[in-house]
Amino acid sequence: MDNLQPALDVVVASLLISGALMSLAAGIGLLRFPDLLSRMHAATKPQVLGLLLFLLALAIEFRSWALVPVLLVCWIFQLLTSPVSAHMVGRAGYRTRHMRRDLLTIDELDDVVEKAARQRGDGP
Amino acid sequence: MTRQRTPLITELPLVIWLVIVWGALWQDFSAGNLLFGAIIAYVVANLFYLPPVELSGRFNVLWAAPFTARFLVKLVTASAEVFWLGLSKGPRLRNAVVAVQLRSSSDFLVTATGHALSLIPGSLVLEVDRSTSTLYLHCLNITSDDDADAIRRDVRATEAWLILIMGTREDLALLRAEDRFAREREARS
Repeated sequence: MDNLQPALDVVVASLLISGALMSLAAGIGLLRFPDLLSRMHAATKPQVLGLLLFLLALAIEFRSWALVPVLLVCWIFQLLTSPVSAHMVGRAGYRTRHMRRDLLTIDELDDVVEKAARQRGDGP
Repeated sequence: MTRQRTPLITELPLVIWLVIVWGALWQDFSAGNLLFGAIIAYVVANLFYLPPVELSGRFNVLWAAPFTARFLVKLVTASAEVFWLGLSKGPRLRNAVVAVQLRSSSDFLVTATGHALSLIPGSLVLEVDRSTSTLYLHCLNITSDDDADAIRRDVRATEAWLILIMGTREDLALLRAEDRFAREREARS
């Protein structure tokens, strides 16, 4: 097992660096993307992969079976919660119009909202 | 205030999940610890009442493994793509809100599909119309109708996978019928 150590260290290091790159991706996206909704993509999504890579690195470094369920539960909770928060912020942003509509090439939700408003008789 | 009691069998998946979390947090999966965890899980599930999740009653592991692999591959490629979009396009990015109608009317499956899509970078569920099972997705880098069609196909493929894994029998029958119809049409042309 000992002669494997250098090789494993390289694997762990590259996993950690790739995970950190995902944070860099989020930072660049936050700075460069034009509006709330596209920034939401950059801020929440690459972390799903980033955290997975970090947890994998931890599992390989410690090589203890007792740790694996904690790491798994950690990732599963992120899988369960991050889409919910992204959805809530995205939905609120769309409803309060905190976004740039001119950046959308297609908006099929707007058509539905307008139709519903017209049916109620208070549309534009 | 009275409420309907959830039968134990519907509650069971939740209780089992809570016991696994309990064991994982203690890093101890011995029988005594798990039993104590089960008691706490049962009390918690009844004390902090949530509406029961209606599962379909089936779960196919044989389909789940390739789905997980597909999910991971998409996760990696899409993460790299968002990274690249940030570097190359940045402020000149164009997006779209695309409506996709799903086959299933089960809340559980619509939620699972929305979750799987939201986890993959590039698509985000903005709004859900429960009455028609329609998801409204915000997607990065959509410039043409062809791009939007590709998204629709991809969403319906994701839903098809999830139906194969854990959809209700009705949804599964619907999917099979759809497949047969497509094959017959192909054979005729």
